[in-house]
Amino acid sequence: MSTKYTKEHEWIVVDGDIATVGITNYAQEQLGDVVFVEVPDAGKQLSQGDEAAVVESVKAASEIYAPITGEVTAGNPALEDAPATINSDAESAGWIFKMTISDASELDDMMDAADYKTHVAGLE
Amino acid sequence: MSEKTENLKQTPLDALHRELGAKMVPFAGYHMPVQYTGILAEHTHTREQAGLFDVSHMGQAAIRGKHPATALENLVPGDLRSLDDGYTRYTMLTNDQGGILDDLMVTRRGDHLFIIVNAGCKDADFAHIAANLPPGNELEIMPDRALLALQGPKAAAVLSRYASAARHMMFMTSESLHIGDIPCIVSRSGYTGEDGYEISVPAEQAEQLARMLLDGEEVRPIGLGARDSLRLEAGLCLYGSDIDTTTTPIEAGLIWSISKRRRSEGGFPGAAIIQGQIENGPARKRVGIVPEGKAPARAHTEITDKDGNGIGEITSGGFGPTVGGPIAMGYVATDFAKAGTAVNLMVRGKANPAVVTKMPFAEHHYFKG
Repeated sequence: MSTKYTKEHEWIVVDGDIATVGITNYAQEQLGDVVFVEVPDAGKQLSQGDEAAVVESVKAASEIYAPITGEVTAGNPALEDAPATINSDAESAGWIFKMTISDASELDDMMDAADYKTHVAGLE
Repeated sequence: MSEKTENLKQTPLDALHRELGAKMVPFAGYHMPVQYTGILAEHTHTREQAGLFDVSHMGQAAIRGKHPATALENLVPGDLRSLDDGYTRYTMLTNDQGGILDDLMVTRRGDHLFIIVNAGCKDADFAHIAANLPPGNELEIMPDRALLALQGPKAAAVLSRYASAARHMMFMTSESLHIGDIPCIVSRSGYTGEDGYEISVPAEQAEQLARMLLDGEEVRPIGLGARDSLRLEAGLCLYGSDIDTTTTPIEAGLIWSISKRRRSEGGFPGAAIIQGQIENGPARKRVGIVPEGKAPARAHTEITDKDGNGIGEITSGGFGPTVGGPIAMGYVATDFAKAGTAVNLMVRGKANPAVVTKMPFAEHHYFKG
């Protein structure tokens, strides 16, 4: 397994041919209290950059984009009743959806943990 | 937020906000605290204990002259001639189309009126008022004053420790009080639906006052984020979102702020249009809307009837922490304005069912003796 990060503050854990996607701890701190999450249904086809999910804080709604191309295999059902899991555990229990990986090369340009840390440090 | 951070003004509490760990954002030309610990916690704390808000970005001014109430009545539909000394009234500056230039609080303080207007409108408001006051009256802008709001069920107990008379003030009254040794203008009013006070204080003593109030264990600093969710639950209008130059006080459901005399006499900008809407009913009305599901509907969400015909638009919407779910307000065609009417909200291409609902969403707790 390896974890990749995007400039849009998503994390992608790759396990075989399935990617699990969520938002980073930095992203949840920026959003504040999450009160609603709309996750995609299994079977939904996504191209890299498509709108995949919506995370809403008290203040605003933020779109979550598909980091890669593939088919959704599951949305996180726990987020319906406990959206604040994204605040408490963004990079594990707060995962948003899982999807297949159509083109593994789409992962090549993404950051690893060290690069992402540097990226975030540059934003503050 | 797309405002540039350069050239932003600071309130007298700027350093205190940063010391308290606030997340600062640009708002109406100022650096303002949007939150300290988190909007949900701050919202709930205000409903259960007491919250201190810095609203020093708002505009404060006095109108002086022989007959300041009569003078300002030329610009607002509120009844100011009947405003007794020490009382505060909510009204709005209207334009010739009956639209709202701003909403404001007007307090009679002896021989003059004390007004508080919105930050984003204050320059335009003051220019408009100054240009339109009859001769013999003048507007005195008070840029050297800060404004704090202390809101919540414990507000009276906290403020009374420093100014015992505060406890006995009624909702929408105002007094000059010393809080500790700081001379303040205290009004029992606010923007949260809770009991509480708005306190005008000399800018150089604002931080001292804020620290004094924050000393109370019931009091926490509250940012603009929770201020917005609190006022939305209270059903109160946000200028620029729920009311603006294209909405009239009648469409906005603010007819209660226009007395019988002013309805019949007119004598304010747009009076003919507003009187016509009072007589014939407006074509649209501001209503409360509760989505049936969990998805919030934000400002500018289209409202449709059950057949998919557009009937209006959400003007404010989000999550109500005290309600525990999504709430919104917006304008609908009058036929759909009755509480209980089923409508749809078009959120990300889906028609989410919702119901027109009476406001407030969270009960008001004003102190009326």
